[in-house]
Amino acid sequence: MRTTIRGTRHRAVALLAAAALGAVLLGGCAEDSEHPGAAGSPGADAGKTTLTVGVFGVFGYKQAGLYDAYMKLHPDIRIKETSIERNENYYPQLLTHLSTGSGLADIQAVEVNNIAEVTATQAGKLVDLSKAPGVRKDDFIPWKWAQATDKNGKTVGLGTDIGPMAVCYRKDLFAKAGLPTDRDAVAALWAGDWGKYLDVGEHYRAKAPAGTAFVDSASGVYNAVISSSAERYYDRGGKLVYKDSPSVRQAWDAAMRAATGKLTARLQQFQKSWDQAFANGRFATVSCPPWMLGYIKEKSGDQGRDVWDVAAAPKPGNWGGSFLAVPEAGRHKSEAAKLAAWLTAPEQQAKLFTKQASFPSARAAYGLPAVAGAKHPYFGDAPIGKIFAAAAEGIPNQVLGPKDLTVNQNITDVGVLQVDQQGKTPEQGWRAAVESIDNALDQ
Amino acid sequence: MAGRTPRSAPSAATPAPDPAATGSSGRAGADPGPGPAGGTGRTAADRARERRSRRYRRDLRWSPYAFIAPFFLFFAAFGLFPLLYTGWAALHRVELTAPTDMEWAGLRNFTRLLGDDFFWNALGNTFVIGVISTVPQLLMALGIAHLLNYRLRGSTFFRVALLTPYATSVAAATLVFVLLFGRDYGLVNWLLSTVGIDGPDWENGSWSAKLAVSTIVIWRWTGYNALIYLAAMQAIPHDLYESAALDGASRWQQFRYVTVPSLRPTILFTCVVSTIGAMQLFGEPLLFSGSAGATGGADHQYQTLGLYLYEQGWVNLHLGRASAIAWTMFLILLVIAAVNALIARRLRSDD
Repeated sequence: MRTTIRGTRHRAVALLAAAALGAVLLGGCAEDSEHPGAAGSPGADAGKTTLTVGVFGVFGYKQAGLYDAYMKLHPDIRIKETSIERNENYYPQLLTHLSTGSGLADIQAVEVNNIAEVTATQAGKLVDLSKAPGVRKDDFIPWKWAQATDKNGKTVGLGTDIGPMAVCYRKDLFAKAGLPTDRDAVAALWAGDWGKYLDVGEHYRAKAPAGTAFVDSASGVYNAVISSSAERYYDRGGKLVYKDSPSVRQAWDAAMRAATGKLTARLQQFQKSWDQAFANGRFATVSCPPWMLGYIKEKSGDQGRDVWDVAAAPKPGNWGGSFLAVPEAGRHKSEAAKLAAWLTAPEQQAKLFTKQASFPSARAAYGLPAVAGAKHPYFGDAPIGKIFAAAAEGIPNQVLGPKDLTVNQNITDVGVLQVDQQGKTPEQGWRAAVESIDNALDQ
Repeated sequence: MAGRTPRSAPSAATPAPDPAATGSSGRAGADPGPGPAGGTGRTAADRARERRSRRYRRDLRWSPYAFIAPFFLFFAAFGLFPLLYTGWAALHRVELTAPTDMEWAGLRNFTRLLGDDFFWNALGNTFVIGVISTVPQLLMALGIAHLLNYRLRGSTFFRVALLTPYATSVAAATLVFVLLFGRDYGLVNWLLSTVGIDGPDWENGSWSAKLAVSTIVIWRWTGYNALIYLAAMQAIPHDLYESAALDGASRWQQFRYVTVPSLRPTILFTCVVSTIGAMQLFGEPLLFSGSAGATGGADHQYQTLGLYLYEQGWVNLHLGRASAIAWTMFLILLVIAAVNALIARRLRSDD
């Protein structure tokens, strides 16, 4: 009797497991065929070319409806996107896939911090997109085009977006500290010089509401200053010169002034505590590329509406942006190149800006009404199109090197952080950063 | 296996030897061959039967290997090959940007570790975090298992509850702990402030960061070890306790003189498993640093060997150096295993 009961129970469990497994499998299939083929039935997809797009994070092509629009224009193409949340996981995988020539998507995104390394070491494995149909070099901002072009003139990536920087500030905190709140007046306070920005910070600190700081982090200050200089870690000859680079020194000193002068909220960007500080209004300013607007809106929530505003930065700099590359090992190279060209054409970039706040790297897009007339309701109807386009025009032609990311990360996450959060002296911080970088770059 | 009579067994009409009995003793007895039994007048049915029986014997002999082959194939592909390849890569200067472009470096990747401050720092951190997480974890597990070993109402519930932290993903658990140990809005510091203590900046302190990371480890693995202890405790004969009780031993004395000695092999096992786990500690410190990646804090104050390996390989893209670290970790684990074997032998000879 007992065994019968147990037997039935086992059978029930097995059946349940089988059913669950079946459901999962069916779900998998359903997901596969769910992609919007023209007729909707899986059979209608037969004979179509499927292009895969590999990205990190949210690129917004899907959300802005660009894939759907392209598939409508080209009924024989199906587009599938795969995304890995973070670039630090995406990029090593991209490198291994490129080296083995397998597992690659037809189009692969590359982050601006990696583009110099990709251009220098992987150009042979990527298609020259300057010759792809539909690509017009003159559409792009010149330095963006140059960043993905190697010594032989081969362009391995098309710019998707750039990150011209402004400064986002809280009007309520500025008012309490006796500072102007109008965005033009605020921009005029620090125009042309990051030193003036820190002067404003000291003024803020003198009268600041308790428990608030002028800027979120010293690393943020470092990044903002270094991003507005033309030469950073490499000289134009491609030599690593960060130890004696005047612009690194200038950015470092600015960050140290912020850290030791207690102008920062001692946070680390993109960490949970940073998000919480947004929600609690703990700092008054933060460097603000267009993609940061969405982040602030999400983290500050409803109580941040009309509290935050956007002003021009002391000096225009660039923070972020990506490229689309087409691997040679792809099965549909020419179709992929066409799609990459279309996705990065000015009209599409403008559309992406409206939907996803990714700022166009195509200069031709700045004149389009979608960009020129753009206002952001959350930020007091700030004319973000105008502000960011002006910043974009002023960004210097930055010299990028293959190990920019490593150098930058160690300076901010080791050097600046030790001073800002662990209370070490600037000398200790700099020494630790250099030691860390030397170790990281040593093969 | 040998006792079963397969369907294709030769019928009584053909007096072929029973393959089930001789299958493992070699071919000689198993193969009847064209003997006089069949004579010259062998029918097609005879031959077919013979073929069947030969096929059956081959099946019996080789199919077990086929059944376990997938494991060995997978092991070769995902265990052995990476191990050997890593060893090979460790002897080269090789970068992830060009993995096929290897330059012979001999033992340089290993010898340089001797003078690498970051490696020694990581090794020290791994050791410290390992000790301050493993010791309390195993002691607590032993205590909890002892309590659960009493007759309790709803004991199944408690046992399942114990396993839930283990079943939680490291990522999810760590994210919660990051919030708990936050400097400004963390629950731990808030609780401390209610009793008038100014909580530390957990992540930025050297010891506080290690403590916080080991808390996550303890939380996750205590229940798992407790269940192992509990299983072993339930195998201890009850009369041992009865006679101890008759001799007037208290609960504590029973635990001390009956339970713990009987559990010795189990305790040794959990020690070994926890040591290996501590050596490979990776997820908790990685996620504890939020988005900062593999540096393990501004001062590398909680960068473990696993994290350093990851940083060298996947952040700095030095495949050769990372491989050398991986092999060094492997060698350290071998040493630990050898020490453990020695201790185990000593324990056995003590008995």
